[in-house]
Amino acid sequence: MDNKELLEKLAMNVVQGRIEAEDEGFDEGLEGQPAVTELVNQALEQGISPSQILLAGLTDPMTMVGEKFEQGEYLIPDMLAAAEAVGAGMDILAPRLLKDGVESKGRFVIATVNGDLHDIGKNIVSIMIKGAGYDVIDLGVDVPAERIVEAVREHNAPYLGLSALLTTTMRNMREVIDQLKEAGLDSTRVCIGGAPTSPEFAAEIGADAHCPDAFAVIDWLKTQTA
Amino acid sequence: MTEPDTFRQGTVVKPYERLNAEQLALLDAASLKILEETGIWCYNLRAAELFAAHGARVEDEPGTGAPCKRVFFPPEMVRKYIAMAPSRVVLGARDPKNRLLLDACVPRIYFGSGSETNVWLETELEEFQAVNDPARKITAPRYREKRGDALLLARAARLCEQLENLDFFIRPVNIQDRDISQEDHDVNKFFASLNNITKHVQAGLTTRDSLDKVLKMAEIIAGGSEQLRHNPLISFIACVFKSPLQMVADTTDKVFDMVEAGMPVVISSSPQGGSSAPIQEAGMVAQINAEILAGVMLTQLIKPGAPVLYGSVPVRARLDDLHDLYGCPEFNQYNNDTVQLARHYRIPCYSTAGVDDASIPGLQATFEKVFTHLYMGMCGAQYIHYAFGLLERTNIFCPLQAVLDNEQVGKVKHCLRPPKVDQQSIDEVLTMITKVMKSSHRLFTRHTRKATHAGEVSEPYRFGAREHEDGVISRAAAALAELEARPGKHLPPEIQDRIFNEVPGIVPRLLSK
Repeated sequence: MDNKELLEKLAMNVVQGRIEAEDEGFDEGLEGQPAVTELVNQALEQGISPSQILLAGLTDPMTMVGEKFEQGEYLIPDMLAAAEAVGAGMDILAPRLLKDGVESKGRFVIATVNGDLHDIGKNIVSIMIKGAGYDVIDLGVDVPAERIVEAVREHNAPYLGLSALLTTTMRNMREVIDQLKEAGLDSTRVCIGGAPTSPEFAAEIGADAHCPDAFAVIDWLKTQTA
Repeated sequence: MTEPDTFRQGTVVKPYERLNAEQLALLDAASLKILEETGIWCYNLRAAELFAAHGARVEDEPGTGAPCKRVFFPPEMVRKYIAMAPSRVVLGARDPKNRLLLDACVPRIYFGSGSETNVWLETELEEFQAVNDPARKITAPRYREKRGDALLLARAARLCEQLENLDFFIRPVNIQDRDISQEDHDVNKFFASLNNITKHVQAGLTTRDSLDKVLKMAEIIAGGSEQLRHNPLISFIACVFKSPLQMVADTTDKVFDMVEAGMPVVISSSPQGGSSAPIQEAGMVAQINAEILAGVMLTQLIKPGAPVLYGSVPVRARLDDLHDLYGCPEFNQYNNDTVQLARHYRIPCYSTAGVDDASIPGLQATFEKVFTHLYMGMCGAQYIHYAFGLLERTNIFCPLQAVLDNEQVGKVKHCLRPPKVDQQSIDEVLTMITKVMKSSHRLFTRHTRKATHAGEVSEPYRFGAREHEDGVISRAAAALAELEARPGKHLPPEIQDRIFNEVPGIVPRLLSK
């Protein structure tokens, strides 16, 4: 397989959302064939530059999937699967890209706040922004404010995402933001999300943005400069 | 009847049956007792003679104002001739992929239109402004009645071609054109339908004499006489009974002709519980079943093995004005029972769903329709008519309502699909669960894609809104406009010409070239 064919195949597998050979796509008969992980490794072995793999093999097809989503042809699962596949490719490429002087778009710490065990929305955001090229540090659920602030400091993260599903736990977001300020980390930009949150609540607690879904997070990140 | 190579797949359901075996046997026995001891009032003397020649006891019935015979049927005679009715009937279509396979032993359900309403209800959207806040505006529908005519019937057929969940076409609007005579009524209604839809077309006959002309038209489309019998793209509805228990003269004559012509016929009866039949479930069902059995028997005496559907349309009376009442529990109960009886006799069942009392689309119409669409689908009647676009019982056809019903019937069909639970699917999901639980995010979302792209996962309600305003009607109106803008699937021009030249009486405005 020449380089062009290989990158095309990689792109096709991003669209199909296949991470490993055992994965199915949405088309029949793909199981068992090399997927993103195998193809990225093969591309590196063939000497294709990490930047070229990133652009032609991962970013371009992800953009195409996004466009199809905008047109209503694809649904959230298609976006998510493609983003997850891109994320898997990025895990392999990241050290090499760094070596070549290509950095991620920025580190993004994300967590569901103290007292709240809900993580579906947080996980979707995590997958999508990783697929969009950000370096994601996912702290999980029920994370105390102190641990979140510590992670922001440790990773020198310019972005923080906070999630809560309960009206009783959303107030804990304020605690995180207050502690960030107290720790002198107020240059970190904070977005919040979750069913009970609103733009008004975000403003009230001093968050920089309210993002109702993963796409809003990506759109918001595009407006920021790390 | 062998299985056709292509046909609409319908939805094979696991029938809900409210009657147990003992109750079913009691109703069957009650119907046979009615036929044996009460008998029927037969105003068609030819039918009475045929019944007499095959074992029925026939007596003069004086004082009815018209020649009439009382016919009493021995139970063994009923059983013998009912058993001759075929359990499988194929209804053809212009497009062979749209044929219907009706098998009494397989609860494969199809939904179609019906009734012959006189009124067509057009929807217009208007913007209204709040009195106390001129900045506040809403869009709301205004409805305008039109007198049904041939061109509107053609428009209905063209729309119904586009409704993917509509499986067959019974004309939903009556022809009331002043320049179309009673004699030409049938050729125009069949041509307006057949020239605009490739699905099965079914109707009653207004005049007995027009049967030959209608058959000629259908033979031209099918490619010949034999081809029409092989692919009967039209069939007929015959309401031979005027309830209670009176076999009428003229429709019975038509049944002789239709059956002798080798065409499929629905033997339909529609008594009203509380006026022309008992309101009690047992009484209504025993009576309508007796009426339909007598009609089906007649078809088998005319021609053993004649294709026939068990046509049951039992309704209940409103007790405040004695109009029909469709969206009520008794309607479902009566109809469930007749579906079960048809299955017991192994005759495909023509049944009913989707009729309401509301005069305009809206909450009442939706409640009454979903109440019967879902329930009658669950019962497993093979051929469910009246399901699209009817309002104000069977008096109004509204194309916008037909679009709403199409969405609703689609959801009902999806809901009643057979469960996909077998060893292969179990193995697949166990693998999926194991895999997802090993992943960092434990999300099943990506694993929905194959099923979604294969059409196995239902779509959200097509006309739903996320904002705080109900936009169903305006969204359905937009969908209707889009469907009606699509090109019609007309007969080839040369076929239209041939029909126009060889079948007299068709008005030129129905030609589409």
